[in-house]
Amino acid sequence: MPEIKVTPLGAGQDVGRSCILVSIAGKNVMLDCGMHMGYNDDRRFPDFSYITQNGRLTDFLDCVIISHFHLDHCGALPYFSEMVGYDGPIYMTHPTKAICPILLEDYRKITVDKKGETNFFTSQMIKDCMKKVVAVHLHQTVQVDEELEIKAYYAGHVLGAAMFQIKVGCESVVYTGDYNMTPDRHLGAAWIDKCRPDLLISESTYATTIRDSKRCRERDFLKKVHETVERGGKVLIPVFALGRAQELCILLETFWERMNLKAPIYFSTGLTEKANHYYKLFITWTNQKIRKTFVQRNMFEFKHIKAFDRAFADNPGPMVVFATPGMLHAGQSLQIFRKWAGNEKNMVIMPGYCVQGTVGHKILSGQRKLEMEGRQILEVKMQVEYMSFSAHADAKGIMQLIRQAEPRNVLLVHGEAKKMEFLKQKIEQEFHVSCYMPANGETTTIFTNPSIPVDISLGLLKREAAIGPVPDAKKPKLMHGTLLMKDNSFRLVSPEQALKELGLAEHQLRFTCRVHIQDPRKEHETVLRVYNHLKGVLKDYSVQHLPDGSITVESILIQATAHSEDQGTKVLLVSWTYQDEELGSYLTSLLKKGLPQSTA
Amino acid sequence: MAAHLKKRVYEEFTKVVQQQHEDLSTKKLRLTKPSKSAALHVDLCKATSPADALQYLLQFARKPVEVESVEGVVRILLEHYYKENDASVRLKIASLLGLLSKTAGFSPDCIMDDAINTLQNEKSHQVLAQLLDTLLVIGTKLPENPSVRMRLVEVACKHLTDSSHGVRNKCLQLIGCLGPVEKGVAKEAESQAAKDVQKIIGDHFNDQDPRVRTAAIKAMLQLHERGLKLQQAIYSQACKLLADDYEQVRSAAVQLIWVLSQLYPESIVPIPSSNEEIRLVDDAFGKICHMVSDGSWVVRVQAAKLLGSMQQVSSHFLEQTLDKKLMSDLRRKRTAHERAKELYSSGEFSSGRKWGDDAPKEEIDTGAVNLIESGACGAFVHGLEDEMYEVRIAAVEALCMLAQSSPAFAEKCLDFLVDMFNDEIEEVRLQSIHTMRKISHNITLREDQLDTVLAVLEDSSRDIREALHELLCCTNVSTKEGIHLALVELLKNLTKYPTDRESIWKCLKFLGSRHPTLVLPLVPELLSTHPFFDTPEPDMDDPAYIAVLVLIFNAAKSCPTMPALFSDHTFRHYAYLRDSLSHLVPPLRLPGRKLVSSPVSPSITPHEDPSQQFLHQSLERVYNLQHLDPQGIQELLEFTIRDLQRLGELQSELAGMADFTATYLQCQLLLIKALQEKLWNVAAPLYLKQNALASAAAKQILEETYKMEFMYSGVESRQVVIIHHMRLQAKALQLIVTARTTRGVEPLFGMCEKFLQEVDSFQRCFISELPHMQGSFVDKLLDLMPRLVTSKPSEVVKILQTTLRQSTFLHLPLPEQLHRATANIIEPTGESDNPLRFTSGLVVALDVDATLEHVQDPQGTVKVQVLYPDGQAQLIHPKPADFRNPGPGRHRLITQVYLSHTAWTEPCQIEVRLLLAYNSNTSKASARTPKSAWNESLEALPPSENGIEGTIPFSKPVKVYIMPKPARR
Repeated sequence: MPEIKVTPLGAGQDVGRSCILVSIAGKNVMLDCGMHMGYNDDRRFPDFSYITQNGRLTDFLDCVIISHFHLDHCGALPYFSEMVGYDGPIYMTHPTKAICPILLEDYRKITVDKKGETNFFTSQMIKDCMKKVVAVHLHQTVQVDEELEIKAYYAGHVLGAAMFQIKVGCESVVYTGDYNMTPDRHLGAAWIDKCRPDLLISESTYATTIRDSKRCRERDFLKKVHETVERGGKVLIPVFALGRAQELCILLETFWERMNLKAPIYFSTGLTEKANHYYKLFITWTNQKIRKTFVQRNMFEFKHIKAFDRAFADNPGPMVVFATPGMLHAGQSLQIFRKWAGNEKNMVIMPGYCVQGTVGHKILSGQRKLEMEGRQILEVKMQVEYMSFSAHADAKGIMQLIRQAEPRNVLLVHGEAKKMEFLKQKIEQEFHVSCYMPANGETTTIFTNPSIPVDISLGLLKREAAIGPVPDAKKPKLMHGTLLMKDNSFRLVSPEQALKELGLAEHQLRFTCRVHIQDPRKEHETVLRVYNHLKGVLKDYSVQHLPDGSITVESILIQATAHSEDQGTKVLLVSWTYQDEELGSYLTSLLKKGLPQSTA
Repeated sequence: MAAHLKKRVYEEFTKVVQQQHEDLSTKKLRLTKPSKSAALHVDLCKATSPADALQYLLQFARKPVEVESVEGVVRILLEHYYKENDASVRLKIASLLGLLSKTAGFSPDCIMDDAINTLQNEKSHQVLAQLLDTLLVIGTKLPENPSVRMRLVEVACKHLTDSSHGVRNKCLQLIGCLGPVEKGVAKEAESQAAKDVQKIIGDHFNDQDPRVRTAAIKAMLQLHERGLKLQQAIYSQACKLLADDYEQVRSAAVQLIWVLSQLYPESIVPIPSSNEEIRLVDDAFGKICHMVSDGSWVVRVQAAKLLGSMQQVSSHFLEQTLDKKLMSDLRRKRTAHERAKELYSSGEFSSGRKWGDDAPKEEIDTGAVNLIESGACGAFVHGLEDEMYEVRIAAVEALCMLAQSSPAFAEKCLDFLVDMFNDEIEEVRLQSIHTMRKISHNITLREDQLDTVLAVLEDSSRDIREALHELLCCTNVSTKEGIHLALVELLKNLTKYPTDRESIWKCLKFLGSRHPTLVLPLVPELLSTHPFFDTPEPDMDDPAYIAVLVLIFNAAKSCPTMPALFSDHTFRHYAYLRDSLSHLVPPLRLPGRKLVSSPVSPSITPHEDPSQQFLHQSLERVYNLQHLDPQGIQELLEFTIRDLQRLGELQSELAGMADFTATYLQCQLLLIKALQEKLWNVAAPLYLKQNALASAAAKQILEETYKMEFMYSGVESRQVVIIHHMRLQAKALQLIVTARTTRGVEPLFGMCEKFLQEVDSFQRCFISELPHMQGSFVDKLLDLMPRLVTSKPSEVVKILQTTLRQSTFLHLPLPEQLHRATANIIEPTGESDNPLRFTSGLVVALDVDATLEHVQDPQGTVKVQVLYPDGQAQLIHPKPADFRNPGPGRHRLITQVYLSHTAWTEPCQIEVRLLLAYNSNTSKASARTPKSAWNESLEALPPSENGIEGTIPFSKPVKVYIMPKPARR
């Protein structure tokens, strides 16, 4: 039985370090190659020794697919390709290919330059790694080798995020990566056609959540910002450089435009500017509004949002500042926060989740007095708001995607085990498909029932279709032919052609049967009687009396001889080929019944 | 056959047709061109290769064919068809047959048999499909011939088993269009095809080709449209099609389900996998709701649109569409809407400061959560959040329609509509504001909702703001804080966008009159009065102050206690505003204040409007006094015109009527004056000056009549006659004047003839109105017509002169409603001192924003004129898309005008104005004459030499300062 094997090296019942091995019809594919944010030791990268203890990974993997540029999906890539060693193709979409190295470089800088780690990949390695990348377009079918093909679908989430369909023969797997089923201000919603894969590997970050409409969130956000600015306060929005930051920028930019507001908006520089550049370029990957209006004006060419300078923080009057990092644990955002925290007119809006121990987490949990380094006490008078802008599909979205793709099996990754359990149960209940949720290192085997295509020659098809009733779409039809398995292909051909192709001589298979008839007359008279009888019964067939005393019915031969012992008994020899089996056996049974007496 | 054909061909070659035009007395001889069929026959015989033949056919298809020769052409084509081996040529012939059978006036039953015969031996699927298409055309041309239709349907049924999808497609289409609709007919004609058409089509719902499936559903819908009652059994089949792989099929299936739900709303269907049963319309509603989250946006749009028209659906199903159970980590969470509502009802303002304010509360039973609902759950929530704005707009429209029929639903969908005010696409925002306005009679806004609504007032788009003002005009607000909030926001809007003044005042007028009791407690604060101290008198010219006063005065109208709170200056301001902004400030009953009591005393009922009476009285006077001496008439006319003009200025609602009549009287006055010249009888050359006066009068009358005809909306045919009559008089005057001033008879000859033609066409156009025009100029003229036609120009002129003098003065009946087209250019304002600088030779775009009122078909008639200081004028036709229609009778023109000029040394002003273009041919008069057939009209009417095209300026010109700089080298 053909099977598909899936082994998560990361992201199995866990968030972070996405890395899933899939072997399908003899091909091995690695989906994503991410790092884990929570660890700083060996556990941050997937355990590639699972694939092979020694020797190049290239021999064991046919290709690597990266779904999008988030580090938990691509962070281990240079390590994997350069340090462990992989030379095969790496597939990602164009925007991912463009933005991925920026993030990797940033990640490298922080780990090596700031934390002083050694034995980490270098800038050169990132470059080398990127050289192995093959960029793909949406809906482009890429032949990895003769049998393996992949195809990317739009996934929303972040710029360039894609879902991938991996197909070998008629077995297929769809890997979603991270995706978002509701559109936002800069990206559209994930979409897939009814591709009916054997297996759908879906993320399940929000397996147990159904989210409120995005409009309420947006409205809330805008209202809060607007009110603070009107009061003359300053708004600080700590963000991570890519993804949500662009969405919020667009949101504020359009709002400023619409409402004719004049207060300045700043964006802390660096990484972002480069990334924004790519957002401007990859317009086709954004949502309908941006795509439709970019001819007049590219939405990412911000009119109101300017680059931030350290000195601006002390400027009087209202302003809005986007600053990195998003959790207020270090860097520019923390500096600005310290400057502004004392004024109750100001506001800080946390657009995402904050890890425990960060300043962000502290202020969100309501702490009003913070101890900074040097025993300084910072009193937080500014308003603190929390707003969840997240771009993962919620439970409904996941179900919607499953409904669209109609898979035969579902496998959940990238989520917490407890939450997956719930969703798994729901999926099985609603769609009646089996659902799996392997842990890291655990292998799931799925048996498939692939249909095997067979070529049939047109002549044969037409010939066979002409026999019997009119073709009916609802009923299967039986056809006769020879199945030829040759050169790794299946063909249904007519027997004659099969013989010809295989260079075989045709064997004649004849059945002969003796029928005893009690008839005292002469042989030729008996033959005549038989002939007349058959002629009377078999009206539709050509019955002939040959001069040599034999009878043919179609190609069946009947001869009569007198019994050597008993002259009153005539022996009828009936002989037919295998092809005429039906008629032949009918004829014998007819003759066995004897001849009618009336002819006498 | 061939001989017969040949004969026919030759006959057609030499046919001469004499055509008579009944209306024109002249007779025309017309020689028909060599017959089409003949030419075609020759061509086709010449053709050596299929490609050649195809070329000939293509050329042939470009020209129309006369009705008489269609049959001949068809025969030739058919003959060639049988001989032709090439499929592409046969295909073209088949398509030509279809085209030819469409020819108006041709009855295709004679070629039907042949067309059916061709089907028999045809092998090519494409040609077969085309032939079936032709049969469809033939069938539709013969609507009242059931036996023909039966035959065609039978033919189609025979070909339904064809292996090509194209053929099956066409067959189904044909059955859908021609299949028997009444049961009775089907029984009578006991042929095989007459067996249930629905079943035949229904069998193809499962065809292997999606195109055929689509065609089958479409055919079914077609049957429904033609009046066949579809069977309920189809419903379950259609439901299965909703899960089809192909979007066209799904899209059509959604329509079919909708149709069935309208046909059998009350019948009961079982819910699969349970024993329950529900109404069909509810089930269908659920299914269509499900399609709102389909993978294809085409289907989503379709589904969202249809939802709006399913009004019979049960209320709890309807309300589910807005329901989306939120959860977070398997715990129930309240939506932001619910939270807002709760905060509101608990009387606490949103804190929003705590993290976890939205923390999930109770645990959810995991078994009870249904992630994919079979029902309608959250359909609109999804639809409104959709990626494509087309879907969002469709969803908003559907919400609107459903909310209009169900107040409970209206209340529920409010939150969602309010959310849509923040959509990223302006069209969607605008649509949702309009929707809200439409359902506003069903709803009352909560304060927090009002807050969100009002936030949109700062939008930079004028359309959005104006739509919002309209919305506020008819909203119900629940608290006095709400009113205050609205006022504050509107005033903010006013300071930010001063051009919105009128719209804001109007909005406050309605806001005040709708909520008098809520305004009452706010009055002292709004007027900033103080119990002990006198506060300074506010500036009367401040638009914001006027806005406040408009709100208060309108509230005071139905709240008699309010005036007691006014301070002295308020009363004075009232008197001033009542006079200057009478349309915004209602008459108030102010006790003990004679000084300010309104000029309209409240004892007079509003229906008996004195100004209306006055208008009619003065007109009566004029019409009765037609036998006075000329001097008296002139004076009376002058006075009446003056009165009417003043009345128009004072009473805006009567302005159209007053202006219209004043213009008419003015024309009359001019005519009388021109005829009064006593010097008519003296030899012409001496009186050039007087003639100048008379010809100027004639010219002016002509202009005024065009204005009367085209600038007023609501002009009826009765008025049009009078206007045309006046114009005729002016033309007569012109003729007389020319006759007097020019020497020689030659030019006069033509003019006379032209004039007589005009009289003739007048008679033709207004034949029905002539009896009402006893004693008028035209009446007399028509009596004299036989004499006029035969007499010399000089005599004609003489007759005209006397008739003109003797003719009486026609009474101008007034229509119910008459509005003068007006335009007001808002932008450019013409106040800027900064010249618009641009490099000469290049263009500069000038934004023009104007409001138009009572203009019919502004897209076709309104033009922008730019006048340069050197006298050069430029006429710009705005694009149709530049016109918006914010309300009945109102239009807005927002367009860009491109200016360019050679370099100037100094900045100078150009004038921009709006013109109303007219064409006397397309006037209301000719529109009333029955439309003649296409080819007739081309020849019967002479090219529009008497159609005068012109323009009427109807807005005040605005001056724009521009400065084309010389280009730098």
